[in-house]
Formats: sequence, structure tokens, C-alpha cells
Amino acid sequence: MRVRFWGTRGSMPVSLTWRDLRDRLAQVLVLANRRQLDSVEKATAFVEHELDFSLGKTFGGHSSCVEFEAGSDEYFVCDMGSGALPFGAHVLARQSGRAATVNIFMSHMHWDHLMGFPFFRPAYVPGNRIRIHGCHAALEHAFRLQQDPPCFPVPFSQLRATIEFIHLDPRKTHEIGGVRVTPNLQFHSGDSYGFRFERDGKSFVYSTDSEHKLDDSKETARIVGFFRGADLVIFDAMYSLAEAVSVKADWGHSSNVVGVELCQMARAKKLALFHHEPANDDTAIARILRDARRLEELTRGAQALEVVAAYDGLEIDL
Amino acid sequence: MKLLAQTYADIVVVVPTGRLDHDHCDDFQAGLQPHLEAAARDGRGIVLDLSGLDYVSSAGLRCFMLAARQAGAKGGKIVLAALRPVVAEIFQISRFDMLFEIFPSVREALAALSAPAAAAFDQG
Repeated sequence: MRVRFWGTRGSMPVSLTWRDLRDRLAQVLVLANRRQLDSVEKATAFVEHELDFSLGKTFGGHSSCVEFEAGSDEYFVCDMGSGALPFGAHVLARQSGRAATVNIFMSHMHWDHLMGFPFFRPAYVPGNRIRIHGCHAALEHAFRLQQDPPCFPVPFSQLRATIEFIHLDPRKTHEIGGVRVTPNLQFHSGDSYGFRFERDGKSFVYSTDSEHKLDDSKETARIVGFFRGADLVIFDAMYSLAEAVSVKADWGHSSNVVGVELCQMARAKKLALFHHEPANDDTAIARILRDARRLEELTRGAQALEVVAAYDGLEIDL
Repeated sequence: MKLLAQTYADIVVVVPTGRLDHDHCDDFQAGLQPHLEAAARDGRGIVLDLSGLDYVSSAGLRCFMLAARQAGAKGGKIVLAALRPVVAEIFQISRFDMLFEIFPSVREALAALSAPAAAAFDQG
């Protein structure tokens, strides 16, 4: 399986400002002074290999949208945040006019996870089949509601693809397009669901918008069981632990620290920090990643856990 | 978890040892409770001497926060002292160093809270 991140930001999309870009370019020019960067290739290699990620690249700003390829002709994607815009362009480009089947899995219907759907161009193309899976009773209502006047100019009824809403029983494992899909209830306002996807002996967990309380060992064991042995866990690391248990307790999000601990308990192989706080710039997210890696190092047991911070455009092969 | 305690004037120094993780939180909270109640009753401050603490997990950090909150509700105060390097790093990573006053040594913590307590500490 290949996992491809189209949107990794929490709560609302953000972008670099002109000041961010100007300041960054100025720093890079200073670093590149007296270097013989007289070709695009040399300059690209310099940026790629010699600059910190937070200087040469960006974690990006689209809200949640994570695709995975499962070795079939069908598309699979978690959430329809603003990352659905580039994901839709990717689908159309790859299909070159052929009809597509897209399986969407909705963690919940908060707006940052839904806002990209009206801009998901495959939904406007006759012949395409879009299957929207979720555990919430209000799944279809939420999709239609955000395109009702006065919020959006094109009503849901004008979408030309064949669109189905499929309710998933969270107590069961489902077989969808050749992939085993298991939902898992999470603590979040209005409830959210994580999903565990399994195919050909590989597994990954998409667990965002989920606050993990630390005082309930039974609940911790349930989450650890859900993460157990996963090749990849995509994890809501929006806040610091101090924020998550104090001023932002009950806001429905988790931390890098809890992500490392749960993945270590579950013996997961890789952790991708996700749903980045929109107030955090690239330097802050890079620090959160560095801290998580250091904690993993300090607390490592028999098995190492690889920790990455998800960014728009990241691809992970399992 | 074993909790030793020593009173210096109007401050009690409590010393947890070993690991403070999910498995030990209940013991820690139960052991600290009498000190929290006494501190609230007698207007004492509490110094947690962490020189014997090998490791603290997120659940353990939350225990510290709950204790501080309980003490604060009664007008009391908890400060931390003498963290081992690994524990100090975990406080930084979790940003719990922003929630607590942390001192390099018990002596410095006592001096910050109470001159009589620091004097009593110096006298042994």
C-alpha cells in the first residue's frame, strides 16, 4: 500500500504569507552565498540535501485528506478537507477521461474534514462513482447541507457523479474494494471514528481528531489494540501534552507524546504526526517532530518506532 | 510507589522514587493525598523532590498536574526540584516545564518558597 498525504493541517487551511516567503528566501540566499549554484540542478540539490525541512520545504496547509493506494483501480481516501482539491485534480489526471470509483472514509463531519468536497472535481463528472463511507447518522445530511444556499453556489443535487452514502457499523470489520476496514470510536465533540485498513499483510491506522484520556486504562487498552502492530499510525498530534491535559482538555485532540506512547505500547512500526495546529509554523512543527523522536529514543523498548511529521505531498510505502 | 516525606518549617518535601506511569499513578496519588490535605490545612507548600524518579509517562505528568490543581484550589502551591536529566527532558518535550516552577535543587526550591524552610534545611 502507498499512503499519500494531500492535506495534513488541523482545523482550518493555512498558507505561507509573503513575509514568511521573503524571510525564508533571505535566509536561504545568505546560506547559499559563495556557493557555485549556477544551475537549477545544483540549486535543487542544495535545497534538498543541505537545508532544514522548515527552510527548504513546508509542511503545507491543506486540511485533512489522506489517500491510499491498495493495488486496485479504485481510489481510497480518508476525509475531504481542503486537500480534496489537489486530490481531485490527481484523480482526473490519472484517469484521463476514464470513469473512476472513489471510496471516501469520513472520520467525522466537522467542517475542516468536509470543506473540500464541493471542490472535488470528480464529483461533477458523469460516470464517476463516489462511495462515501462513515459511521455517523448525519453523514449524508452534512454533505448536502454545506452545499445548500447561502453557503455554496452549486447544490449537491447538481453533482453529476453517482454518489452513494454507506453507513458502516463501527462494531464490525468491513470488506470494501478488497480492503479490510475497521472503524473505531474516538473521543471528540460529536464523536469521531478512526479507521484501520488492512490488505496483503499490511495495515495502517488513520486516527485523527481523537483525544486520548490518560486516566482510563481500559480505554487505553482499547486504543492500543486498535493500533496493534500497524505498519503506520497517522495520529492527531495537534497540541502539546501540557495543553491537551490543561487549557485544551476536552477539545478533542492529542499530542506527540501520547502518540509515541500509544504506538510503543501497540508495537506499531511508524508514527506520522498529523492534524498540525494551524497556529504552528514550519519551525514549530519541526520542533514537535524533533521532540517526538527524542522521546521515542529515551523510552525505546525492544522495537524502535520511526516517527515522521506528515506534510502535504508526503508519500509512504508500506 | 514509595513516597518519603520530610518537613522543613512550613514546607513538606515529598520524594517519589522509581517510575511514575499509568501503573503507579494511583499509588502516587494515594501517597500524596495526606500531604495535600495537610498542606491545605496548615498552609504549607509542597516541594516534589524528583531526584529519585527514573521516568515519568504522560499519565504520570497528568498526576502532577492534578495534584498542583488540587493544591492550588486551596491556595497552596507545588513546585518541583532536582529532576534527573531524562525526566527534565520529558518535561521539556511535553511542555510541562511551562506548567510548573522547576528548581535545580531542593535547597533552591525551599529558598524560593520560604526562608524559614531553607534555614531548617541548612540546619539538617
